Amino acid sequence: MPDTPNYSWPPMETRKVIGKPYKRVDGPQKASGRAKYSSDYNAKGLLIAAYLTSPHAHARVTKIDTREAEDSAGVKAVHVIAPAGAEIQWEGAEIAAVAATTEEAAQEATRKIKVEYEVLPHVVNEADLSKVGTRAKAAGERLRGDPDKGFQEAEAVSEGTYGIPVVTHCCLEPHGQVIQWQGDQVNVWPSVQYVSGYAGSLAPNLKVPVANIHVRMDYIGGGFGSKFTPDAWGIAGAELSKKAGGAPVKLFLERATEQMIAGNRPSAYAKIKVGGKKDGTITAWQSESWATGGVGGGGMPPIPYVFTEIPNVRLNHSAVSINAGAQRAWRAPNNQQASYLTCSAIEDFAAKIGMDPSEVILKNAGYTPRADTYRYQVQKAVEISEWKKYWHPRGDSGSGTVKRGLGMGINNWGGAGHQSQCRTTINPDGSVVVEIGTQDLGTGTKTIIIQVAAETLGLPFNAVKLVTGTNDLPPDGSSGGSTTVGGVSSSTRKASVNALVKLFDAVAPSLSAPADQLEAVDGRVRVKSNPAKSLTWQEACRKMGTSKISETGTNEQRNPMGLNTSGASGVQIADVSVDTETGIVKMNRFVAVQDCGMIINPRLAESQIFGAIIMGISTALFEKRVLDDQTGRMLNPDMEFYKLAGIDDIGNIMVHLDIRPEMDKRGVIGLGEPPAVGICAAVGNAVANAIGVRVPTMPMTPRHVLNALEERKA
Amino acid sequence: MLSFEYANPATLKEASGMLGANWGETEVLAGGTDLLSMMKEYLETPKRVVNLKSIKELEGIRKTSAGLRIGALVSIDELATHAEVRSGYKAIAEAAAGIPSPQIRHMGTAGGDLCQRPRCWYYRRGFGLLAMKDGKSLVPNGENEYHSIFGDGPAYFVSASSLGPALVALGAKVKLVSARGSRELDVAEFFVSPKSADERETALRPDEILTEILVPSPPTHTATYEVRQKEALDWPLATASVALHMRGATVSSARVVLGHVAPTPWAAPEAEKLLAGKNITPEVAEEAGKAAVADAKPLSQNRYKVQLAKVAVKRALLQAVKGRA
Repeated sequence: MPDTPNYSWPPMETRKVIGKPYKRVDGPQKASGRAKYSSDYNAKGLLIAAYLTSPHAHARVTKIDTREAEDSAGVKAVHVIAPAGAEIQWEGAEIAAVAATTEEAAQEATRKIKVEYEVLPHVVNEADLSKVGTRAKAAGERLRGDPDKGFQEAEAVSEGTYGIPVVTHCCLEPHGQVIQWQGDQVNVWPSVQYVSGYAGSLAPNLKVPVANIHVRMDYIGGGFGSKFTPDAWGIAGAELSKKAGGAPVKLFLERATEQMIAGNRPSAYAKIKVGGKKDGTITAWQSESWATGGVGGGGMPPIPYVFTEIPNVRLNHSAVSINAGAQRAWRAPNNQQASYLTCSAIEDFAAKIGMDPSEVILKNAGYTPRADTYRYQVQKAVEISEWKKYWHPRGDSGSGTVKRGLGMGINNWGGAGHQSQCRTTINPDGSVVVEIGTQDLGTGTKTIIIQVAAETLGLPFNAVKLVTGTNDLPPDGSSGGSTTVGGVSSSTRKASVNALVKLFDAVAPSLSAPADQLEAVDGRVRVKSNPAKSLTWQEACRKMGTSKISETGTNEQRNPMGLNTSGASGVQIADVSVDTETGIVKMNRFVAVQDCGMIINPRLAESQIFGAIIMGISTALFEKRVLDDQTGRMLNPDMEFYKLAGIDDIGNIMVHLDIRPEMDKRGVIGLGEPPAVGICAAVGNAVANAIGVRVPTMPMTPRHVLNALEERKA
Repeated sequence: MLSFEYANPATLKEASGMLGANWGETEVLAGGTDLLSMMKEYLETPKRVVNLKSIKELEGIRKTSAGLRIGALVSIDELATHAEVRSGYKAIAEAAAGIPSPQIRHMGTAGGDLCQRPRCWYYRRGFGLLAMKDGKSLVPNGENEYHSIFGDGPAYFVSASSLGPALVALGAKVKLVSARGSRELDVAEFFVSPKSADERETALRPDEILTEILVPSPPTHTATYEVRQKEALDWPLATASVALHMRGATVSSARVVLGHVAPTPWAAPEAEKLLAGKNITPEVAEEAGKAAVADAKPLSQNRYKVQLAKVAVKRALLQAVKGRA
């Protein structure tokens, strides 16, 4: 048995391709429109499908008649999803689907399906817990230490109520797929965050062998945690295709349906009491929180967030079941809510004792799992934001109409690499192909795989050809939990090292040196101790004869061998100006200090943080799902009154990547989610700092800001 | 979207012969920024769509001895950037410039801005113009943060027109043409608060086309101020347009008209009265703002809009006199 090759990352100072700011390899394709997303795929003979969805938030289907729809012009298949007797639990739930020769024909036919409902009582809002009746389920009290004693002994106690509403994912490309089911073969072009696992999820529903399901996705227009499985529309599309004699069927959700049924971030509301000493040390925490993520209740935000070692804690949480589409993972699920609730309560405690909240966070860093990291990051963020110059005691923000304020938020996440396999092939002509069944969510996955392979093989960036996006490639995990970069970088490293070992075996005789004394650097294979003794890469590859070298490498999630690891944290600061006459909040700056271990591409790492912050600011200023109590309907299932930030609303983003050598040594850590976590916290705190009063509910709209100002006056 | 017949007349005469006598039969198409989305949502299902864009008579801004004639097809962008409008009709130019997104400013038309349908989300989700369910409006006890703060119902939507308040403040008229003839109407009379679901929010009749906006020569001091949360693609929460006749630094008479706070552009006579004979100082502007909202009747969620309307009036007044003596 040969020894295990050395897979460890090359030392920082010797890296030639890793650590360099290459631009996304697919940037020009996307920017020019040449990139074909699954929703752009127009197969020959394509049928377009449309859904009929429920107008009721809670109802039972008593009768459904599709005959007229089946006879409608252009219709090739009708598939009933909710037959008579089916209970509907939210507006937008799928009743039936129609495939027709045009989109208009399909839509028109859905209007000809006659459905009768028995309308049942609904609850669609949870902000006011007193109005939800039996829909709230208490999780039971959780205790740590002695909170009663903690509060008795506290020198200061602050109390506050905080709320963060349900928001939706708003993927630019809606959920759906083109799918073709012919006999026992299925071809599918989905919009999904898990190319390798898609067939395995779909197969049992269609009763088709997994091996007969061929999945391809070249590009995806956003997922953010909402696109892990084939979903009901994958199955409905397949049924329609089968009924239509095997014609390909395109079923992508309309925007309104997308907003209602394709996932959302749960809400979180809480009454929180914080007690502590006047020097800023927090000694007690008590919270009553509630949340919803749809009929199934809601995720319980892990509070107190990060400050997990506060000695005396009492937690009571209720999950509220409402008649609305189910939650899905939303870019660090439960963490934004937890960070928002915790950082808001700590900021209010700091205001109560008249202390700078950045000092309070430093004072209590010992309660966190990564105290030294947070201490460093708080100080760095304070320095970059010129906190000491711009922060002021709450409300002490001058006499003008427009008030400026700064606020802080923190994040924490895992980000270890997922299970991943890669195959690196070196051909006798020197060409290199890397194959991996992954997906690039727009994060730059394709680019960083190429960087890792090129670095490992001592080749330039453009010498590596990459193949991804189908399920016949070596399997890769789902892109969730910020696990992709760790997984694919490690598997690519291992596969490429393994291939190189084989190449060295073939080349060693020609260089009269043992294989383990060779290295690949700058497009040459050379003897480590005598670099002049070398072959060009092409010359070296010719020594393979006519057969290629093709080796796999696997990132074992349980044994990443130091190539990737878990645990990324960050500290963020929002700098806002608030017009106290209109309640309009404008972002001046947003500072993000973030660690993510070893950075493969600083441009793309920064880009991830920019994206997360833009998304987060949008939620902090504008986003909320509006459901009407009277009708149970969503009133803003669109991009008009479901408001998203535009680029002028974002302000100046300043990113500092924490790439100290001790961080680099930790290996690769995912970065997609952590920087999205602390933004509502930072913005809410900045607004409180600016106007001198806590605006208790996100988002920071004129309505919420003016109401808070007026309440203070009253 | 249902199938429909598409007509593309080249003259106004031809076009007016193509319209139906009842709402719902025909719709006219100009920029299409509203009509197409209404049709996609099946909120409008006309049998015939009459395109106006081929009618040359409806284009262009003309200066006359009496003021400006603005063709119905003039784009919002043309209004916002037109030299004469920018220098002499600031309230209109500022209202046009506030309409977000370059796409809408380029596609959308002046006539379309006045004729577009309300954005009330109950209406847009199929509950009808008055948002009635079981004989009762859903708005007063519902999600009404963007709804009206003036008037007594039964309409609670806000007029979506951005130009309307400025045109009312300037005393403009619209010309309405049908096969039966033509009529001119004050813009103030053009907007109506419907009393039943069969009515519309303008005085336009089903067989009429809005062809022109006639704006008299305005006073020297006019302005529009809008409160809008987002920089891009967002509706104002409140606006105010003001037109001040000045004698030196003193207001001899004023027009103050609020937007996006009522089913029609909403004149504020109490503010106008208060301003007469005064110099515009920050204090006077503040007082005028208060007077403008004295009769406001906010709904359960939109009390904040009273404050926004007040501020819009104050800021429009200060903007009208700032550097424009």
